Amino acid sequence: MKDVLVQQEQVEMEQIALLDDVDRKIIELTQSGLPLVSRPYENIAQRLGINSSDVIFRMDKMKQSGVIRRIAAVPNHYALGYKANGMTVWDVPDERISELGHKVGELDFVSHCYHRPRFLPEWPYNLFAMVHAHTRDEARTLMATIGELLGEYDRGHDILFSTKILKKTGLRFNL
Amino acid sequence: MDTLNRKIINLLQAGFPLSEEPYLEVARHLGIEEQELLDRLSNLLDEKILSRFGPMYDAQKLGGAFSLVAVRVPEDDFDKVSEIVNSYPEVAHNYKRDHDYNMWYVLATDSPEKIDEVNSDIEKKIGMKVFNMPKLEEYYIGLRLPV
Repeated sequence: MKDVLVQQEQVEMEQIALLDDVDRKIIELTQSGLPLVSRPYENIAQRLGINSSDVIFRMDKMKQSGVIRRIAAVPNHYALGYKANGMTVWDVPDERISELGHKVGELDFVSHCYHRPRFLPEWPYNLFAMVHAHTRDEARTLMATIGELLGEYDRGHDILFSTKILKKTGLRFNL
Repeated sequence: MDTLNRKIINLLQAGFPLSEEPYLEVARHLGIEEQELLDRLSNLLDEKILSRFGPMYDAQKLGGAFSLVAVRVPEDDFDKVSEIVNSYPEVAHNYKRDHDYNMWYVLATDSPEKIDEVNSDIEKKIGMKVFNMPKLEEYYIGLRLPV
């Protein structure tokens, strides 16, 4: 396990090292959004004094290495009527968590799915899956669907609904 | 929201092309003019129906460190503790949840060591134990909301 983590860290370090100054400038210019003009990548290229094909090539490379997760629209779930946001938490066997986590992550209604540490005895849960629904009842139904998928490996679960945003800042990267 | 806006949101949640004229490509797919797509996107962003449109970067791969942290705060102390926790610039998000573990904040720092430093500091200031729950493995991240 430790070796795997070290390896993963090394891979991530290499990916960080692979970004040059031009990549970092592209990230800086696009982290708050893509320009809403006919040729958005050319717009970025012009500001950097390079060709649009270079911007596209570099962004494609960042996409392949996972630095860019995807280029897409992110809906504001509150505005779309998804007002019940539940963090479902599960106690599943550690030796099965990777396989189970991927299965849960594949469910359409799960937006985030992670393995996190337990704090025994008070916090037994190691698998976290966020669900978004219109109502709390609907969210609980989604939780039940995850429970069915986990079957005998569901050794306990809970759901934590958000009731208030205390702070939310846009994540800006120090490059 | 009309059908076309729904179609635009559903299509663009899935992805956006890396090509010279990507909006034209998407507009053709939807059977509309490029300018109409640009106008509608701009409105959806202005009205905050979309919170973002563009590349989603994996902050961890850019060298940052993150963690989710839980605290059990007595209801009477909640506002005071919330004020202290929120005063840290490293606290990017903070949510109240209806549970015994009722405060959940996200730390974003330049290095993993800094996560522990900030958490120890917060513990001292609020006089409560914080539960540091960094992700050990990620299985999925993304939002696919049918509208």
